[in-house]
Amino acid sequence: MKAIPLAYSLRNLWTRKLTTALTAGGMALVVFVLAAVLMLDAGLRRALVATGQPDNILVTRRSAGTEVQSGIERAQAALVEAQPEIAGRSKETVVLIAQPKRGGGAVSNVTVRGLSHEGVALRPQVRLSAGRMFRPGSTEVVAGRSIAERFAGTGLGERLRFGGRDWLVVGLFDAGGSGFDSEIWGDVDQMMQSFRRQAYSSVLARLADPAAFEALKLRLEADPRLTLDVKRERQFYEEQSAALSNFIRILGLTLSVIFSLGATIGAMITMYAAVANRTSEIGALRALGFRRGAILAAFLAEALFLAVLGWVLGLALASLMQLVHISTMNWQSFSELAFSFDLTPKIVLQSLAFALVMGLAGGVLPALQAARLKIVDALRAA
Amino acid sequence: MQFAKLIARNALRHKLRTGLTVLGLLIALLSFGLLQTVVGAWYAGANAAAPDRLVTRNAISLVFPMPPHYREKIRAVEGVKSVGAANWFGGIYQDPKKFFPQFAIDAAPYFAMYPEYRLDESDKRAFLRDRAGAVVGRKLADTYGFRVGDTLPLRGTIFPGDWTFTVRAIYDGAETRTDTSQMFFHWDYLNETMKRRVPRRANQVGVFVVQIADPARSAEVSQAIDAQFRNSLAETLTETEKAFQLGFVAMTEAIVVGIRVVSFVVIFIILAVMANTMAMTARERLPEYATLKALGFAPGYVAALVFGESLAIAAVGAALGIGLTFPVAAWFGTQTGTLFPALEVSPATVAMQLGCALAVGIAAAVLPGRRAARVRIVEGLRAIG
Repeated sequence: MKAIPLAYSLRNLWTRKLTTALTAGGMALVVFVLAAVLMLDAGLRRALVATGQPDNILVTRRSAGTEVQSGIERAQAALVEAQPEIAGRSKETVVLIAQPKRGGGAVSNVTVRGLSHEGVALRPQVRLSAGRMFRPGSTEVVAGRSIAERFAGTGLGERLRFGGRDWLVVGLFDAGGSGFDSEIWGDVDQMMQSFRRQAYSSVLARLADPAAFEALKLRLEADPRLTLDVKRERQFYEEQSAALSNFIRILGLTLSVIFSLGATIGAMITMYAAVANRTSEIGALRALGFRRGAILAAFLAEALFLAVLGWVLGLALASLMQLVHISTMNWQSFSELAFSFDLTPKIVLQSLAFALVMGLAGGVLPALQAARLKIVDALRAA
Repeated sequence: MQFAKLIARNALRHKLRTGLTVLGLLIALLSFGLLQTVVGAWYAGANAAAPDRLVTRNAISLVFPMPPHYREKIRAVEGVKSVGAANWFGGIYQDPKKFFPQFAIDAAPYFAMYPEYRLDESDKRAFLRDRAGAVVGRKLADTYGFRVGDTLPLRGTIFPGDWTFTVRAIYDGAETRTDTSQMFFHWDYLNETMKRRVPRRANQVGVFVVQIADPARSAEVSQAIDAQFRNSLAETLTETEKAFQLGFVAMTEAIVVGIRVVSFVVIFIILAVMANTMAMTARERLPEYATLKALGFAPGYVAALVFGESLAIAAVGAALGIGLTFPVAAWFGTQTGTLFPALEVSPATVAMQLGCALAVGIAAAVLPGRRAARVRIVEGLRAIG
């Protein structure tokens, strides 16, 4: 069977530029919404997965859910530390402080973590980008990159007040886009004293052998002196983001599907008009010997070209979103979390597939109508 | 009359195209209305706030408690009528997905301060008598089928252990926007239990809700309360209930802004579709417009025909879209259960839907209308198809 050259479909789109632009524009907006939502979700996941090290475990009070809600008595912490599988350890206290954002106005919750230098070393993704690390036993703190940009009093050399004391920011750190970028770190003993805390929030430990995790977890969780949860650090942070990630994904996908109905209708209107305007042309093509299948393919190709055009525009628009950083409250940890739009190859393909489905859905009925035309009727229409 | 008839006939000439465009408008305006309603629900807490209520919390942040003896000190501040403690409990009912807010409260003063929570008097007395009793909102009760007398088990996250309450009363909202998805129980019960389980975590209050005699003096009274506790171990921050609630909204501002932006994207999508429809219509009818002009009709009349058709289609789409927003929002509210406290289509939302439909109707006709008005008779009559 002879196929109608693709150039025929392309030229038709070119002839009616305004209609093509408007139809592809509608699809582009849908692709933009879909891609932006998927990018946001990917960025959120990357931030929280990067927060956890594969060989680290995090111990919290049973069913506490977050470090802020958790509490581990000193005696319990000592028992955890003494386990033979553990190669590195950090007993930490985690609190939230309400801090105003720069430029006045809104107040949001910032995570403040008290830890030791050994605890810093357990997080190799964290690097100092300016200044120096806090000295043990001092009221010095270091602030994460996204915090220093957004919150008042958290820049290098600035002071912030909480727990009845002034804390000097002596350094800024970059945690490679992970959740730690949204934290302030200081000396654990000083923080426990300032907040009058008797108990730690959590214990972070590195396993000498990651394979020993299951055995250690079973033993610790079965110990009647401890009412603790033991989790891999990575799993813990994944769970932290589950609610926000689900919210973004479900809302975004629902909207994309609903919006795509609008854009599909646009494509359908365009394609029906294209068929109606070219009835005599279709008759001529059929008379020249092109089969019904070839006509069908030509009109479907036209609809798919429209979709691809919309996809390119939409994705170009969405890729600009990579320059935007989002900072919002994570409901589960009740604290500020910064993340960015992350364009992955998977999203590129997913949005292409989505655009093609839109084009196909919009084009299939008009293309069928074109293919079903009888030669005589079509030629008479002219 | 003739003009209206002409527009109606024109609009119905391509029934399929007009029908599809109306369908597109309907979907766009419906989703726009739903998104605006969801954003509105974000502000439900702030909108339900009363001007005579203040909230006192620990100045460091909400996760830090205050000692219970602050209650008496706050009550002694001039201008304060009533004080009640409240703790966010954050327990899990069966599954973390079945989320609803739970508060441990000083029951008697709290319900007096919140007259919008309407309780049956005998149920209320039964609740006050039962230490482990609980009050649930109507929407919450409907969602999970709670009835008076049922036991309600919760797993503590902030306050460890398993907790069991007995539902003693169900409250209704005085207005439709009142949040009836909450659960309340006795602060004393929480405190006594914590004294036994984890003594160092007992005697902690999350926030104090303060009722003042004169709403005009709220700033003054707030300052007076905070002055009481300056340089103490737990300094306080007092603000109006509205400011307190808006603080929560501000924390998730990025999401609210995102939804707002997206809700306008759908309007642009439908604008593209509608403009395309009108452009194609006008292009096909250029010979007719030329004929009308040849018969002596003014260019303005021809342009008005295009605008009239565009607005007529937009009006039908708007009527259907807005009409459907109400039942769909109500359905969405029952499906999401206690997630959104009050899902109510506001008059502002309807006004915005109408405005968007009008804007789309006009904007879509601008280029085609101009083209129709400007067509030269000779050219128009020459062009075929």
